[in-house]
Amino acid sequence: MNRREILKTAAGTSLGVAALPFLKSPAFAQTGGTLVAVVGYTFNSLDIHRPGTNRPSYQIAVNVYDRLVTFGTRTLADGSLAYDYDKVIPELAEKWTISPDRKSMTFTLKANARFWDGSPVTAHDVKWSFDRALALGGFPQTQMAAGGFKRPQQFVVLDDRTIRIDLDHPSKLALPNLTVPVAVVINSKAARAQATAADPWAAEYLHKTPQGSGAYKVERWDAGQQLVYVRNDDWAGGPVPALRRIVVREVPSLATRRALIERGDVQLSFQIPNKDAKELAAGKKARVVGSPIDNCLYVACLNVNFDPFKDSNVRKAVAMAIPYEQIFEQAAFGRGVPMWGAKSAQPTDTAWPQPFPYRTDLDQARALLAKSGFSKGFEVPLSYDLGEADWCEPTALLIQEGLGRIGIKVTLDKIPGASWRTRALIEKKLPFLLENFGGWLNTPCYYFYWSYIKGALFNASNYDDPEVKRLIDETLHMETSDPGYRPRILKLIEKAFEDLPRIPLWQPTLESAMSPKLEGYTFWYHRQMDARSLKI
Amino acid sequence: MGMALIIFGRVAQAIPTILGIIVVTFLMTRALPGDPAAFFAGPAATEASIAQIRAQLGLDQPLWVQFVRYVQSLVVGDLGRSISTGQPVTVDLASRLPASLELTLVALVLSVGVAVPLGVLAAVRQDSWVDQLCRIVVTAGVSLPTFFTGLVLVYFFYYLLGWAPMPVGRLDLVAIIPPRVTGFLLIDAPLAGDWPAAWSAVRQLILPASTLALFTLAPIARMTRAAMIQALGSEYLRTARACGLSRRTILLTYALRNAQLPVVTTLGMVFSFSLGANVLVEKVFSWPGIGSYAVEALVASDYAAVQGFVLAMAVLFVMLNLLIDIAYTLIDPRVRIDG
Repeated sequence: MNRREILKTAAGTSLGVAALPFLKSPAFAQTGGTLVAVVGYTFNSLDIHRPGTNRPSYQIAVNVYDRLVTFGTRTLADGSLAYDYDKVIPELAEKWTISPDRKSMTFTLKANARFWDGSPVTAHDVKWSFDRALALGGFPQTQMAAGGFKRPQQFVVLDDRTIRIDLDHPSKLALPNLTVPVAVVINSKAARAQATAADPWAAEYLHKTPQGSGAYKVERWDAGQQLVYVRNDDWAGGPVPALRRIVVREVPSLATRRALIERGDVQLSFQIPNKDAKELAAGKKARVVGSPIDNCLYVACLNVNFDPFKDSNVRKAVAMAIPYEQIFEQAAFGRGVPMWGAKSAQPTDTAWPQPFPYRTDLDQARALLAKSGFSKGFEVPLSYDLGEADWCEPTALLIQEGLGRIGIKVTLDKIPGASWRTRALIEKKLPFLLENFGGWLNTPCYYFYWSYIKGALFNASNYDDPEVKRLIDETLHMETSDPGYRPRILKLIEKAFEDLPRIPLWQPTLESAMSPKLEGYTFWYHRQMDARSLKI
Repeated sequence: MGMALIIFGRVAQAIPTILGIIVVTFLMTRALPGDPAAFFAGPAATEASIAQIRAQLGLDQPLWVQFVRYVQSLVVGDLGRSISTGQPVTVDLASRLPASLELTLVALVLSVGVAVPLGVLAAVRQDSWVDQLCRIVVTAGVSLPTFFTGLVLVYFFYYLLGWAPMPVGRLDLVAIIPPRVTGFLLIDAPLAGDWPAAWSAVRQLILPASTLALFTLAPIARMTRAAMIQALGSEYLRTARACGLSRRTILLTYALRNAQLPVVTTLGMVFSFSLGANVLVEKVFSWPGIGSYAVEALVASDYAAVQGFVLAMAVLFVMLNLLIDIAYTLIDPRVRIDG
């Protein structure tokens, strides 16, 4: 090789490529029941039990695996669909009975339930899968425990088609907790064949190769790029889905996702920011569905270990100085459910979440602050998770401005995602922070259990009240039909209104944009795309 | 001295650098704020489950034990597993590095194809319209951020005109990824005889490569112009003109060849820079490249992925520098590299 040759070759190639013309894309036929969806995140595993599996990957557990039971669907006021917490329906189980003392549940599996490899779904598979959820630890274990499932001995195989689940105490959360994405049933024979001494639960194998009975199989997974589902025509868990193939593409750029849905090249853009939702909803190119997320609130937490916030007058002054309406317009873009301005401090409804009895009233806020021991004001950092900056940043700025008007100087403290959990939820030392906890199981007591008990993970405020603790302990497992339930929940809500460790800003929505022709889009508490109900 | 010996010598010289990089990246990733175990255990995890994940990741061990383990697995070519993608880092790198390289190389070829002629013309006809055009292009290329150029191109060519394909990555939705040989789709698809996939890969590349080319055009064009002006004013060219050589011979054979050295140096710098800096282009075009991988790994304190990325880049830079040095000897016989 000499220099002349190099020069000549280089010049030749560059001109050749530069001269390539743009050509119009050949029409991509969306026929045969194929749907293309785009998401902004990445899937990191096909196995929900594996430690380190991220939230977006729960979608695979939803679509590819079955659970014993699931929830029915209800139509919301705006005509959109959502799961129905009050209606538990069969998925793999054909029927179930609950013992008179409500301490055990016995499930009979559908006779025609088959895994993809044709083998029948048995009670042994159910037990192996539930044991696995407990054994691999992490989030699946925590979530199983929420329903009272803590030890493998609680799952008893009676025969091939019957399994009994024993509970330490009766709980209204037990049956709903069998609908959660982690309570999946895995083909234990296929999985065990791949297990090794070092990996007895076949975590390496199931990470890349799902073995289930669900409505969809994973046709291909190109990590970091796309996931392709193909329908299981023999699905016994419910009505066979309308769509044969579903392509879920990972498109990180918001602007690109928006261009794709507006052009109509994709049929679903799952989970879009409120700003896009507002703008797309105003146009005609896509239909936008915003479903209120049950049992979830965006809140400002006041840490009661921080001196000024020990004073009830200061907490109320803060609640009166927050510019709720402006926040709702500028941070939520008007999409969500307002959670301020209730008429009475005495709740009359057990619905949760519900508006708190505070509204922006600077005069009253100043008066409350004057009554407190901090009449001259004070300085406080307001912390938020950078990963949630889309709503936290505008919210924090508006709170800063609002509190500044009554003499509380707020500084902003942005914390990177990887440190957020440790700083906010474990150490619980941040004086003032924005938080977004939502409970999967939709009862008020469940929300209070996670966020109003001393030491509870989401109680970043370090709130501690013996009466509230007692009320939560009493109601957590109590049936909602129990006559004792309602008065206790009303009392809990009243305490939350009065003590204000968490000041709700609004109830968020899950927003998605879709082709006007797409039907069956259903909101689920797990906030993942359920492909099984979609049709075009 | 034989070429093989020279290459061997240069690689040997790089070993201390790479060893240093291994130590530094190991320590730096540990200094990142945040706790990966807590991050990956998810918000609802208990103390026990976080401890369990920490143990699985080996993060409960003293730092030196972690380092010894890291080096031990490094020796057998195991870079560990990325927790954020769930894949072994070697697999991630093997799929993402070619994606980035393919994009960057095509962009550079495009960029050189435009910038060098532009720079030469601008130098030959100083202050003419070509020179002004060169100035405008250079200023625009430097001052427009790549994500902006990318979005503008997507807006016009995809959103408004519909000429460009969907910006959804390396292949359109119907094309099937060809069997992997090199990881470069422009090579693998034709090798597999899959012409639709090859065509799709080309089409998907045009917009992102143009975006990146616009950005890299500026330094190359400027450097070419400056080097050409210098060469044109030199005595040997006056001599060449005096000897009555044709204009073409003077320009291409004498002036341009002598102007090559600084241009190649710039090219090397631009290449290494854009390989790491095209994160924003990758995001806009959903390109599964190395830049966005590294950024996501950093955000999640994903130690193995960050270490793997830095190491891969270090090796790549060593190789690149070697290639440039070899290119020098081909361009200028006076340059010698020592083994």
